[in-house]
Amino acid sequence: MKPPPFEYHAPSSLDEALSLLAEHGDEAKVLAGGQSLIPLMSLRLAHPGVLVDLNGVSGLSSMGRRDGALAVGATVRERAAERSDEVHTAVPLLAAALPLIGHPAIRSRGTVGGSMAHADPAAELPAVAVALDAEMVATSKARGQRTFAAADFFLGFFTTALEADEILTEVRFPVAGRGTGAAFEEACRRHGDFAMVGACAQVQLDGGALKEARVAMISVSDTPVRAREAEEILAGATPSDDLFRAASEAAARNLEPPSDLHASSAYRKHVGAVLVRRALEKAVARAGGSR
Amino acid sequence: MTDRIDVSLNVNGSSRSAAVEPRKTLADFLREDLGLTGTHLGCEHGVCGACTVILDGEPVRSCLMFAVQAHGADVRTVEGLAPNGELGPLQEAMWAGHGFQCGFCTPGFLMQITALLEENPSPSEQEVREAVSGNICRCTGYQSIIDGVLSAAGRTRGER
Repeated sequence: MKPPPFEYHAPSSLDEALSLLAEHGDEAKVLAGGQSLIPLMSLRLAHPGVLVDLNGVSGLSSMGRRDGALAVGATVRERAAERSDEVHTAVPLLAAALPLIGHPAIRSRGTVGGSMAHADPAAELPAVAVALDAEMVATSKARGQRTFAAADFFLGFFTTALEADEILTEVRFPVAGRGTGAAFEEACRRHGDFAMVGACAQVQLDGGALKEARVAMISVSDTPVRAREAEEILAGATPSDDLFRAASEAAARNLEPPSDLHASSAYRKHVGAVLVRRALEKAVARAGGSR
Repeated sequence: MTDRIDVSLNVNGSSRSAAVEPRKTLADFLREDLGLTGTHLGCEHGVCGACTVILDGEPVRSCLMFAVQAHGADVRTVEGLAPNGELGPLQEAMWAGHGFQCGFCTPGFLMQITALLEENPSPSEQEVREAVSGNICRCTGYQSIIDGVLSAAGRTRGER
């Protein structure tokens, strides 16, 4: 359970970090919070020759509103985001997701950017990015800055659009309008475990009707899945039990979740629909709506 | 072998330093280089919580960071809870309430709970359970630990 040897670099500027990645290419791994990478190294499932530690890089650990978005820097800790009033007001779905990540001591170190770049299909934050159409900002020496829509960023199991020499430097979440509520629901064997299946929803109410609804699911495919058919059913409609049932059935209808040791495909599909319904009920209640 | 790197940090109020391989975790550094064996290692991959220490005011798993990353940091370990060999209020309450049996997980619980009580001196039972959700105990069944924390919080507030 000891990590294999590696060459360690702790750059203090982004430019320096990018040069190191350009130099070492595939050999190098970026170290942010380390709450996924270090266990993988300890289990000898990952053995990068070079680690480029982002924790001392200046300018990556801040959060702020810019052009209608909440911009979250690569090394903003999950715990810091969880405590931020700004996050609760501006991105309610992110606020709902953060407390579900591992345990408090994991969130002390874990970063928002790191969870995105790791792209675990059972992780919460990638689903938040996909549901909200967040913008993912990647930076490299060779290509400068590129911005991906979240839908184009998560490509598969632990796979993103990032190249080996690129760093995810910022995630931009659209700021929620008035009357917005959100919820994240999961089925876990134990509290804090990765979810066997999960669903999240962020809705905006306007005069009792749903102006907009965003729904995504986790652990049902190799990436987070946006439930667009459910969103179409919900948009413009008045919240009701029947509406939520129709939307949750639509969300699960075309899913073909994997079966593994933790849950069967049929279980994930069935419980996934239930969790979509619960997430919608809670999100609408938090948005100030009554049914 | 990669070159050793000098690490200097503050541990329980004292300046400490050593030259370590980058791959050495903070947990192994505390135990092997500094001789602070109160920090226990259970799973060594971030599941059990036994190695929890307080780094710059936040509870962290010392098996999930490298010692070189703690350069310049302020670290508190279980040894720091009883600097004069006398139990602190939290330890006292845990002892009085049988909040442990074999004691292997206890240092991790104590540091996690210390961080909790510093942030929130009057936690609800639910908040205590949430705070220690990442610490595994195979003996107690947790109830006596939760009771111990609530009792410690009360004592710290001057209640009996």
